Amino acid sequence: MHNFTPQSAFIGGLLIGFSVLLFFYTTGRLAGVSGIFSNAFTSHNKRTSNWLFLIGLVLGPLLFIIFSPNEIQFSVTNSFILITIAGFLVGLGTRMGGGCTSGHGVCGVSRFSIRSIVGTLTFIIAGAITVFVLQIYGIYL
Amino acid sequence: MSEKIFSLLCGLIFGLGLVISGMTNPEKVIGFLSFTHNWDASLIFVMGGAILVFAPTFYFLKEKQKSILGIDVSLPKNTLQIDTRLIFGTSLFGVGWGLAGFCPGPAISSLAFFEPVSIIFLISMLVGIYVNKYFF
Repeated sequence: MHNFTPQSAFIGGLLIGFSVLLFFYTTGRLAGVSGIFSNAFTSHNKRTSNWLFLIGLVLGPLLFIIFSPNEIQFSVTNSFILITIAGFLVGLGTRMGGGCTSGHGVCGVSRFSIRSIVGTLTFIIAGAITVFVLQIYGIYL
Repeated sequence: MSEKIFSLLCGLIFGLGLVISGMTNPEKVIGFLSFTHNWDASLIFVMGGAILVFAPTFYFLKEKQKSILGIDVSLPKNTLQIDTRLIFGTSLFGVGWGLAGFCPGPAISSLAFFEPVSIIFLISMLVGIYVNKYFF
C-alpha cells in the first residue's frame, strides 16, 4: 500500500470523534460540517456558533502548522475547472443528500442510521468510480 | 455564551484531527478512493477512530431531551428514510469528492494553508448550496 499511515489516521480519527462527542454533549447538535457551513450562510439560527465552529476548523490546522515540526502535505489538482465543478457538486450533493463525510459518515454511522450508512456507501462508491474514470483518462495516476 | 465557546473548541479539535490524520491533503483522499491502484486505506482508520469514540458514548445521551448546557437536543428523525434525494445527492457529492479529493471539512480546514484552490472550491461549493436551496 502506497503512503499508508494508519497510526496518524487513527489518532486524527479519535480527535474527530472526541470533537463530535463534545459538540453533541454540549450543544445538543450533530457536527455535520456541510450543514454547519450551509447554515452559517443561509440561516440566522445559531449563526454565531456555526461561524465559530468553522473558524475553529481553520484555527486547528493553523496551530498545528505553528507548533509542529512536521511539514504539511498538501497536493491538489491544479485544474481550476475540475476544482470548480467538484466544489459545485459537493455543495449541491451534500445538501440534497443531507450530509457529508462527517454528518453521514461519522455521526450517522455512529447512530446506526440506515439512511446514513446507505448514503456513506453511495458517496464512497461514486467517488471511487470517479477516480477510476479519471485514472483511465490519465488525469490521476 | 458557553455554547459559542464549545462550538469554537469543537471546530478546533475537529480541524486538528483532520490535519493530523492527513485528510486535509486531497491527494491522500484520492489515494483512498483509488481502490484499483496504490490503495491507501488510511481514511478507514480516520472514520473508524471517530466512530469508535462517538458510537458507544452517543447512547448515554440518546434518551435525554437536553444537552449538559441545557440546550434542546436536535437529531434527524428520518434515519430509515431512503429516497431519491439521498441517493442522487450523495452520488453527486461522491463524484465531486473524487474529482478534487475535497469534502467540506478538509476544504474549510485547508484555508490554513493559504492556497487559492481552497477558496475557489469553497465559493463553488456555496453556489451548489444555493442552487439546491432555490432550485431543488
